[in-house]
Amino acid sequence: MELDPDDVFRDDDEESDNEFYQEHEATKEYVVYLVDASPKMFSTTCPAEDQTDETHFHIAVSCIAQSLKTQIINRLYDEVAICFFNTRKKKNLQDLNGVFVFNVAEREQLDRPTARFIKEFDHIEESFEKEIGSQYGIVSGSRENSLYNALWVAQGLLRKGSSKTADKRILLFTNEDDPFGSIKGAAKNDMTRTTMQRAKDAQDLGISIELLPLSPPDEEFKVSHFYADMIGLEGDDLALFMPSAGQKLEDMKDQLRKRMFSKRIVKRISFIIANGLSIELNTYALIRPTVPGAITWLDSVTNHPLKTERSFICADTGALMQEPAKRFQPYKGENIKFSVQELSEIKRVSTGHLRLHGFKPLSYLKDYHNLRPSTFVFPSDKEVVGSTCIFIALHRSMLRLNRFAVAFYGNPSNPRLVALVAQDEIVRAGGQVEPPGMHMIYLPYSDDIRPVEELHSDTDAVPRASDDEVKKAAALMKRIDLKDFSVCQFANPSLQRHYAVLQALALEEDDMPEIKDETVPDEEGMARPGVVKAVEEFKLSVYGDNYDEEGDVKVSEASRKRKAATENAAKECANYDWADLADKGKLKEMTVQELKLYLMAHNLSTTGRKETLISRILTHMGK
Amino acid sequence: MARTREALLLLLDVSPSMHSVLPDVEKLCSRLIQKKLIYGKNHEVGVILFGTEETENELTKEVGGYEHVKVLQDIKVVDGHLVQSLKHLPQGTCAGDFLDAIVVGVDMLIKKYGETYKGKKHLCLITDALCPLKDPDVGTKEDQVSTIARQMVAFGLRMKNIVVRASLSGEPHMRVIIENDNLLNIFSKKSSAKTLFVDSTTSLRGARKTRDISPVTIFRGDLELSEKMKIKVWVYKKTGEEKFPTLKKYSDKAPSTDKFATHEVKVDYEYKSVEDPSKVVPPEQRIKGYRYGPQVVPISSAEWEAVKFKPEKSVKLLGFTDASNILRHYYMKDVNLFIAEPGNSRATVAVSALARAMKEMNKVAIVRCVWRQGQQSVVVGVLTPNVSEKINIPDSFYFNVLPFAEDVREFQFPSFSKFPVSWQPNEQQQEAADNLVKMLDLAPSGKGEILQPELTPNPALERFYHHLELKSEHQDAAPPPLDDSLKKITEPDPTLLAESQSAIDAFCGQFVIKENPKLKKSTRRFLREKPSGSDEPNGDGSVSDAQAVNSMESKPVVTVDKIGDLTPIQDFEAMMSRRDCPDWVDKAIEDMKNKIFGLLENSNEGINYPKAVELLVALRKGCILEQEPKQFNDVLEKVCKICRKRNFSTFFDFLMSKKLSLISKSEAVDSDITDDEAGSFIVKSQPKHED
Repeated sequence: MELDPDDVFRDDDEESDNEFYQEHEATKEYVVYLVDASPKMFSTTCPAEDQTDETHFHIAVSCIAQSLKTQIINRLYDEVAICFFNTRKKKNLQDLNGVFVFNVAEREQLDRPTARFIKEFDHIEESFEKEIGSQYGIVSGSRENSLYNALWVAQGLLRKGSSKTADKRILLFTNEDDPFGSIKGAAKNDMTRTTMQRAKDAQDLGISIELLPLSPPDEEFKVSHFYADMIGLEGDDLALFMPSAGQKLEDMKDQLRKRMFSKRIVKRISFIIANGLSIELNTYALIRPTVPGAITWLDSVTNHPLKTERSFICADTGALMQEPAKRFQPYKGENIKFSVQELSEIKRVSTGHLRLHGFKPLSYLKDYHNLRPSTFVFPSDKEVVGSTCIFIALHRSMLRLNRFAVAFYGNPSNPRLVALVAQDEIVRAGGQVEPPGMHMIYLPYSDDIRPVEELHSDTDAVPRASDDEVKKAAALMKRIDLKDFSVCQFANPSLQRHYAVLQALALEEDDMPEIKDETVPDEEGMARPGVVKAVEEFKLSVYGDNYDEEGDVKVSEASRKRKAATENAAKECANYDWADLADKGKLKEMTVQELKLYLMAHNLSTTGRKETLISRILTHMGK
Repeated sequence: MARTREALLLLLDVSPSMHSVLPDVEKLCSRLIQKKLIYGKNHEVGVILFGTEETENELTKEVGGYEHVKVLQDIKVVDGHLVQSLKHLPQGTCAGDFLDAIVVGVDMLIKKYGETYKGKKHLCLITDALCPLKDPDVGTKEDQVSTIARQMVAFGLRMKNIVVRASLSGEPHMRVIIENDNLLNIFSKKSSAKTLFVDSTTSLRGARKTRDISPVTIFRGDLELSEKMKIKVWVYKKTGEEKFPTLKKYSDKAPSTDKFATHEVKVDYEYKSVEDPSKVVPPEQRIKGYRYGPQVVPISSAEWEAVKFKPEKSVKLLGFTDASNILRHYYMKDVNLFIAEPGNSRATVAVSALARAMKEMNKVAIVRCVWRQGQQSVVVGVLTPNVSEKINIPDSFYFNVLPFAEDVREFQFPSFSKFPVSWQPNEQQQEAADNLVKMLDLAPSGKGEILQPELTPNPALERFYHHLELKSEHQDAAPPPLDDSLKKITEPDPTLLAESQSAIDAFCGQFVIKENPKLKKSTRRFLREKPSGSDEPNGDGSVSDAQAVNSMESKPVVTVDKIGDLTPIQDFEAMMSRRDCPDWVDKAIEDMKNKIFGLLENSNEGINYPKAVELLVALRKGCILEQEPKQFNDVLEKVCKICRKRNFSTFFDFLMSKKLSLISKSEAVDSDITDDEAGSFIVKSQPKHED
């Protein structure tokens, strides 16, 4: 484990915070993407938004590329392999026909994705025909069964690691709902049976097989033809599996993407309702800030990783010591000592469960009652049968009565009051936009809320907008309306940039990629005459016609002083020949006050010791 | 520093009607002082009690009057003794006149500081305002209040009034209450005083912030609606989590006789090469490596500086959208407040116009913010209107950070409607739930809101400070239990529960919960705590546990280990396809054989024949699949022998109709039967009718 000193310097509290943001990553995931590369994948297209058609193969490949990029950022230890079937060429350990395992140098077939892997996979479509080739692998008259082979290869790839410590998954992308449709008679049954057996073998080994079907706009992917049995779908599940045929391409991509992730439970908690009645809930972290990964210190000479060693030194005696078990707080002129156990005991004000207090109307949950990202809770009948039923009943009542629940969440690291807000399921275009369940919102305590509104309150009445001004503002709002705005439609430009730079450096590319910042305002839209006019009218109504942006502002005493000082410094500074002084090394002989004149005149920071100031001056002069 | 200087005068009502809440007042005040001892060592505090038996203040000496007002402590820098004296407030015997106390307090502050003092000057009044006030010598009480309020404004005094009305049971002095509340209102209107009514001891404990953090803007500049239209705004933090104080590590190395020992611990870091631990690398020789997959990419800070994302400081409007587009649970962080630049009336009007229009049309604004120059990231957030109800507080916006695409995990969950019927609440259950949600009401109309976040103290922090104080007296004091007022935060209030007992009972009666009987004990343990190491000695046990859990995810998979009577064919297939041990195939075939013979033996007039033939077909299929032709051929021959012996001629007809024969070489390489032999088998083995 590499230790980041920034991490080490944090106190207990922040460590427990870290815990909150960290997901439970006890298990890792091994995934084999199994992509059908039959000519049908290339010939069937879906109309994309920009009027060009996209092939199913392209959709599958771009979904995988997308997920690899997310994975390399988010889930470092998961391993993947990409495997095409129905190919002309073959490349696999078992040397089976029609199966091609895609890989790059310096990487095992099932391994963590590397920069090169992602990059080459990005260009797979250009080289596909030449390097791999597409060809139907199941044709009548031959006993060849490429789907069977593909499953076998995938199973072989997933042989490594134990199913106890890793989730093993095969994700199968295809648009052929009846893979043995071209075969007749006994041979068909035979192939179906052997393929099923192959799939079952894999499943017996703890590998889950998931189907990601692609369907052309006017046809339905009939899971019942073949795949239903293989992936174990029955009755209602079957109907649920393919919500509707002919969805828009974007929706299909969206669904594929969502299905590629497996859910991870953060914690299982019990929710105590009353009278000893308590139900079982799972919590999930659906929203957590993604941050650039932790840094690893390297030796700049060898580029080899370094490990950080911490040693504790007694400030009084200078003796080396073990990590101290006690902490202290100076108080009333004494050092009050606490043991680590005592501190955690203090925080344990309640059992680690969620305890219901009661309900309040939703209007009591203010916009400022927020501290950290919410946590999603969903019922589970795994241990306590009946939990889901109670949860659904409460969920419905809360939605119907527009109320939220207040509960105390006795999380040992940070016990808090929480609001449980019921969220109804939202389904759009066949895909789930919001799952049904409750969101746990962490409420602030009184000392966490600051009365800043009143900070500048006067005894006099403050100006308010008139009806006309409000009307103008409303007109403006109608003009600049983001109709289909959805939260999280923007990629984080800083993170994108971070990883683009990393990728470029990892691949030793010279050009730094340009990342489009999606968060900047839509200049074009803002320049539309209707918008410009609405803005002008609003401006006129609230500012009047002779508004001087700066004129209305009282310049504060301090800033005026600062300005005067800078001007003065600029004047004084001109009295010295700085370049000459620097060349002769005479800066050291000058006083700090004199040095500061230069710094102030050039708008540089004036903090630090004399040596720092001198070096700052020299840097500024370019010496 | 003058900025952090602060003077606080506590005006505490100790008259008889306050006695029941005095313990909580004591705790609130001690906490206040304790935090000052840690965070604001040079703050100054004074305490005035009123409603006391004795009278002790300067004004009574100078001008007379002001009885039953006792200065417990003059204004001075906080010290530990003050915490002690606040722990046991004397119980007063007389009615408390809060106006007298305020006058005494204002007089003390003015005398001590005059107009020149730069720090903040606060008064904090805690009373129940139940006692009638004395009439002034001249003019009305209202006039008197106005005069005091003017004085307070002139000297920059701020006041916070906390009015405790814990138990308003059959209050006889309605007139007094109305009059007193009215007077307090005048204070709020005419000076920067704030009055807060609390109705429980829990709320009382949270009513006064125990730590004042001087607010700092995180942004001052333009809110850009467009290139042409900008509004000057300031941005403050509205919420911020109060953390546990950072404790220092304690070193016990210094001898106990050393009075000047700091007992601090210095933490030193050394960087050593992973390959060669004896090699120490000086800190300046390190370079940061960033992970990208399995690779670690070294990037110097200068290099990074050149390529990193550098947005310009700005706050820009992206547009407006319907409030319903932004669900509450997307709020990511603590909240900020956008207010128009103070003193800038036109900006205030602009913000006010937008806020009011947003509220009217149910819209919110989406903005992109870079708070500081040099900041490396941008935030996209939502502005929601905060329309002020008080005329002296300007309208403003709350700002909440929204997630980026990378921050959201789009897990899918099953629809509730897709769950089995047994998991769906029926009508009575739903009604009971509706009733519970209605009855267990924390915001009953006509009464105050229970557990309002603004008035709820942090129980863990309260406990820490309580413990700190106990430890300052006895080093070994154990962590104290939560007192009753704090328990009402961590546990539901028993009185409230009692009020809605019928709804709770009805609810509990409607639903049945039980432990899942299917789970083995060991599995449950697995559920509770994931094993930390995978290589546990009890390998076998944990494998089956893991499997049990896996199978729970989809549908229970029953592993078959013998052929039953109900579904022999399915059982056989299941056994044949088991891959955990090669013996299963043999066992399946053996079981199947016995089954078939059993059927034939016990067949009365051939009723079991169809079934036996079906099993034979299945066995044949399985033996071809597993390339075990001999097994099947032996069985078939044996069957034929039996039939010939017993003369089961109808059985042969069945065999014929199913075209059942030996497994030939073309079907399984191991077979020594040719296709012709197989074809003629049945005919040959049929018993001759002539016989």
